[in-house]
Amino acid sequence: MTALCAARLDAGAAGDDIPLLRADGVTKWYGARLGCAGVTFDLYPGEVLGVVGESGSGKSTLLGVLSGRMPPDAGGVHYRMGGGADLTDIHALPEGRRRLLMRTDWGVVHQNPRDGLRMGVSAGANIGERPMAVGARHYGTLRGQAGDWLSRVEIDADRIDDRPSGFSGGMQQRLQIARVLVNGPRLVFMDEPTGGLDVSVQARLLDLLRDLVARLGLAAVIVTHDLAVARLLAHRLMVMKDGRAVEQGLTDQVLDDPRHPYTQLLVSSVLQA
Amino acid sequence: MITTAPTPRPDLGRPMIRVEGLAKTFVLHTQGGAEIPVLRDTALTVHAGECVALHGPSGAGKSTLLRALYANYRPDAGHVWVRHGEGWVDMVTAPPRHVLAVRRRTMGHVSQFLRVIPRVPALDVVAEPLIAMGEGQATARDRAAGLLTRLNIPERLWPLAPATFSGGEQQRVNVARGFAAPRPILLLDEPTASLDRANRDGVVALIAEVKTAGTAVVGIFHDGDVRDAVSDRLFDLHPLGKAA
Repeated sequence: MTALCAARLDAGAAGDDIPLLRADGVTKWYGARLGCAGVTFDLYPGEVLGVVGESGSGKSTLLGVLSGRMPPDAGGVHYRMGGGADLTDIHALPEGRRRLLMRTDWGVVHQNPRDGLRMGVSAGANIGERPMAVGARHYGTLRGQAGDWLSRVEIDADRIDDRPSGFSGGMQQRLQIARVLVNGPRLVFMDEPTGGLDVSVQARLLDLLRDLVARLGLAAVIVTHDLAVARLLAHRLMVMKDGRAVEQGLTDQVLDDPRHPYTQLLVSSVLQA
Repeated sequence: MITTAPTPRPDLGRPMIRVEGLAKTFVLHTQGGAEIPVLRDTALTVHAGECVALHGPSGAGKSTLLRALYANYRPDAGHVWVRHGEGWVDMVTAPPRHVLAVRRRTMGHVSQFLRVIPRVPALDVVAEPLIAMGEGQATARDRAAGLLTRLNIPERLWPLAPATFSGGEQQRVNVARGFAAPRPILLLDEPTASLDRANRDGVVALIAEVKTAGTAVVGIFHDGDVRDAVSDRLFDLHPLGKAA
C-alpha cells in the first residue's frame, strides 16, 4: 500500500490523457483452446501494469499479442506512435515497420535471458546491437555506451569483452535488461523477469528494475506469478484466470482488498515469509 | 535541526476531505461467501489544520475508513472527495494514475507497519516521497536525515535497509517517510503503537507542527494520551450488525 514504485506520472501533465497503449478485447485461440479472451485496458506513459495469475492463465499469450509477436484472433492492440495523439493498430502495420518499432520504441525482457541475449557474442556487442540496428556506427561511442550500461546494471566494466555464456543467471538477466533499455524505449514488456533466479539475486534485480523504471519514466507490462514482485514493481494489477482478466485496479487495492473469488484465493494462498 | 512544517498557509479551516454516503461490505469468497458490512452511509468532512481521530471499538471500521480515504480499499458506494490542487478528486471513481497523483502530491499515509524493500537504505526509504515529488536528491536526503535525527534513529543505521531494524525503529522510519514530503492531507494508522514514551512525544510534536502548517490530519490512535494530545475532535464509528 505504499506506492513505492511511484514514477513521476504527473511530471508532464500535457498528453497524459492519451494512452500509450490500448488493448481492446484482445483474444487469442490455439486451435480449440483459449489463450486469452476479451482483455481490455489502457496503459499511460510511465505506468507499470502487472499481470498476475497462475500458469496457463493466459498471461504469456497476452504478452505475446501485446508486444506484436503474435497476431490476435479478435480485438486489437493500439499504440501511440512518436509524439502524435493517434493510436495505431500495431498488428495492421507492415512487418518492417512493426520490427522497427520493436527495436526502437519497445523492448521485451524474456524470462530466460538466453532467449533475449546472443550468447555467442560479447556483453558489449549484446548492448551495442540495438543502437547499431538504428544507425549507430562509431565504435568508441558504442563501447562507451555499453560500459555505461554495464555499470548501470551493476556488472563490472571489465567484463565487457566476455561472452554472457560465462555469466551467472542474475548477471545474464541484468545484461538482457541493459540490452533492452539502451535505446531508451518508451514501453517495455517483461515476462517473469525474476523467474528462475535465487531469492537474493531476485531482490537485487527487483531493486534495479524499480529504480530504472522510475528514473526513465518507462511504461511497462510485467507478467509475473509472484505477487511480491508485482507489489514492488507495478502501479496497477490485472488478475488473469482461464484467459480472462477477472479483476483490475491499483496494485495495493487488488492485493489488500481483493474482490473476485479467484483473487481472494490467490492472495490468501501466499506464504508469509 | 530542520523544521518539519512548511510555512503556515492562509487557507486554514477550508474543507480538504469530504466523505459522502460511504459503504463497504467485505465478501469473503474463500469462507463460503460470508458478508461483513463495515461502513454504511458514512459521512465526514475534514478541514485544513485540524486532526480528526477515528474512534470506536475494534471492528467498528476505523481502519477500513482510513484505508478507503487513501483508496487502498474500494468502497461499494459513496464518494471520498479530496481537494487536489485547485480541484477535487473522487478517490472512489478516479482512474489509477489520478489516485497515484493525489497520493504523491496531496495525501500522505503512515501505515502501521513499514513495508520493507530489499536493499533500499533507511535514508532513501524516507527521502523517496520527496524525490517522487520532484525534489532534488541532496535536498531530499537532507530532509530525511533531519527527520531520522529527530526520531532518534542513529546515523549508523541510515545506510542500512530497515529489514533488520527493531519494530520501533521500523515504525519511526515509517513515520519519517510519511512526514518527509509536505502534503496538505496526512493519514495516520497507529503511528505510535510500538514506540516508547520519548519517541511517542516526538511523533506527537511532528503532528502538532504539520497541523499548525495547515495539514488536515485523520488518524487512528489507540493510545488515549496521544489521541488527546493531537486530535481536535473524534469521529465515532460503531460496528454494524450482520442483520442490518
